[in-house]
Amino acid sequence: MSFILLVEQVLNGVQSGVMLFLMAAGLTLIFGVMGLINLAHGSLYMVGAFAAAAVAAATGSFLLALVAALAAAALAGCLIEMTVIRRLYDRDHLDQVLATFAMILIFSEGTRFFFGSFPLFLDIPAALAGPVTLPGGIQYPLYRLVIIGVGLAIAAGLFLLIARTRIGIQIRAGEADREMIAALGVDIAKLYTLVFALGAALAGLAGALVGAIQSVQVGMGEPVLILAFVVIVIGGIGSIKGALIGALLVGLTDTLGSVLLPLFFANFMEASAATSVGSSLASMSIYILMAGVLLFKPTGLFGEA
Amino acid sequence: MKMKSLVMAASVAALAAGGAWAEEGKVKVGMITTLSGGGAGLGIDVRDGFLLATKMAGNENLEVVVEDDQRKPEIAVQLADKMIQSEKVDVMTGIIWSNLAMAVVPAATAQGKFYLSPNAGPSALAGKGCNPLYFNVAWQNDNLHEAAGAYANDAGHKNSFILAPNYPAGKDALTGYKRTYEGEVAGEVYTDLGQTDYAAEIAQIRASGADSVFFFLPGGMGISFLKQYANSGVELPVVGPAFSFDQGILQAVGEAAVGIKNTSQWNKDLDNAANKTFVEAFQEEYDRLPSLYASQGYDTANLLLSAMEKADVSDAEAFGAALKEADFDSVRGKFSFGNNNHPIQDYYVREVVKEGDVYTNKLIGPSLTDHADAYAADCKM
Repeated sequence: MSFILLVEQVLNGVQSGVMLFLMAAGLTLIFGVMGLINLAHGSLYMVGAFAAAAVAAATGSFLLALVAALAAAALAGCLIEMTVIRRLYDRDHLDQVLATFAMILIFSEGTRFFFGSFPLFLDIPAALAGPVTLPGGIQYPLYRLVIIGVGLAIAAGLFLLIARTRIGIQIRAGEADREMIAALGVDIAKLYTLVFALGAALAGLAGALVGAIQSVQVGMGEPVLILAFVVIVIGGIGSIKGALIGALLVGLTDTLGSVLLPLFFANFMEASAATSVGSSLASMSIYILMAGVLLFKPTGLFGEA
Repeated sequence: MKMKSLVMAASVAALAAGGAWAEEGKVKVGMITTLSGGGAGLGIDVRDGFLLATKMAGNENLEVVVEDDQRKPEIAVQLADKMIQSEKVDVMTGIIWSNLAMAVVPAATAQGKFYLSPNAGPSALAGKGCNPLYFNVAWQNDNLHEAAGAYANDAGHKNSFILAPNYPAGKDALTGYKRTYEGEVAGEVYTDLGQTDYAAEIAQIRASGADSVFFFLPGGMGISFLKQYANSGVELPVVGPAFSFDQGILQAVGEAAVGIKNTSQWNKDLDNAANKTFVEAFQEEYDRLPSLYASQGYDTANLLLSAMEKADVSDAEAFGAALKEADFDSVRGKFSFGNNNHPIQDYYVREVVKEGDVYTNKLIGPSLTDHADAYAADCKM
């Protein structure tokens, strides 16, 4: 296992973590501020990717495609918030799960109705294609570095938003005591719609960015959604910092696990058995991590009791 | 009163006679395939190919029921039960994925139903698990990979890095490649089924010192891998089976796939009359080029129709013999079954090219001729 390979895998883990953070940040805000479990978050990710693919095919501009992804996802978020989600705030978590699960099905079939069942084409712009050589002779895809950059920039932006702006104060207050800020005169309905749309926009952006290097197809959001839930459980509900740390942990564990575990088992097993066992364990590793964190900190690393 | 009861009796008799006459010669086909979710393109192609053939034949004795298994084994099993017990189908077909096939096929044949596989060809059903009611009209899972291994030898690849997902067809893929490939294996990796990020695997390829890459990643997995590989700076030649380079996927991958060689038992430019008819009819009916999955669905339907001309489905022995004769015009040219009801056929190498606006495959040459699968000897038939 050379140093270069290790560095490359660490970068891969960070990139995958940063993408997870975009999903998890929205999810944790929605859960923290509104107490709502939103399974449709994965569908908003998919909506962003499809909007980006459609706009990129029509205009040829990746930047426009990203803007379209943000707008489409935010719009979709506003729409479902005002029609369906609003009625779920006072309900049991199970009712929320049921309703948002139905939204997943509606979004999936709706997307298939408009776009067909075959995967769509979305490619990274030529300016960002190909590898760059990092110090140390490491070749790494430029686009993935850009993703890391964008993700960290958004993390910084979110921190500033939560810590330094009026909206941020309202969000933090809403997480602490929902009824109190309503009593203090904050327009809860608008705040909730805003938070939901913000979370949706982040998910849509993640979908567009990741869709360019993976495939844009119906059902692409659900695997990411599951990982995002693992991240917010590890990081603590409602904490953006927790979402970032949790996402990086999950990304690194997943990537490094899938590389290091087979190598570890190759020490006392023959090659194909080692890769089989190693990769099976690697896919379990993030859940083992989650269980481990919960044993010591039941509310997550940065969550409040 | 007497007239009324006479008319009643007459109509009942007519209905009964009519019903009995209608039963003989009729075949009801239950198609369970993947029409939604990540692998939907494959099922849709198989279904479209199959239905095109039935439409072109216009045989009124054939009835087809189509259901979506959503790539979930438990749903496939439920649908199979429904088709056998409530729809009372005679023949079943359609399953794309080997794990679903292993869940459905043994139970279906145990209940006396014929199963014609238009895609999944797990080794378990080609060897010890073979059955006179089970016919595979596509290939045994290892075959396209064996053809890729043979091509890799021809192309001078000496140190391959190989990867596939961790499920029965993935394991069959790497086993098949290694069976014919004569060089060294620089690395062997099993990825998660449905995994979309291959950065870690590509980094391993880069570090392994390999001179070529062989991969089997069907559907969306292949699209992700190819796009990421093209941007990674790793320039090693890539070989794969047709599953990652089929007509449905190529448009989503684009430039990243051009020039890659892949192996298949069929290509749209195979030079025979049946194939020309098929490609033209498919384009006219569905406004897109057919993929190898569509050709497999088409051949499955034509095989079934040819057997229906010769025997009645209620006579399992005669119908099975009629199927085994494979007396139909396959779009692949020559086609015959081995002792284990799996195909003995030619395999070709194709290259991904861009024709106008469309990415498609061009036939390069043969890879394996009259090739049977490696499990036939284990089958007691």
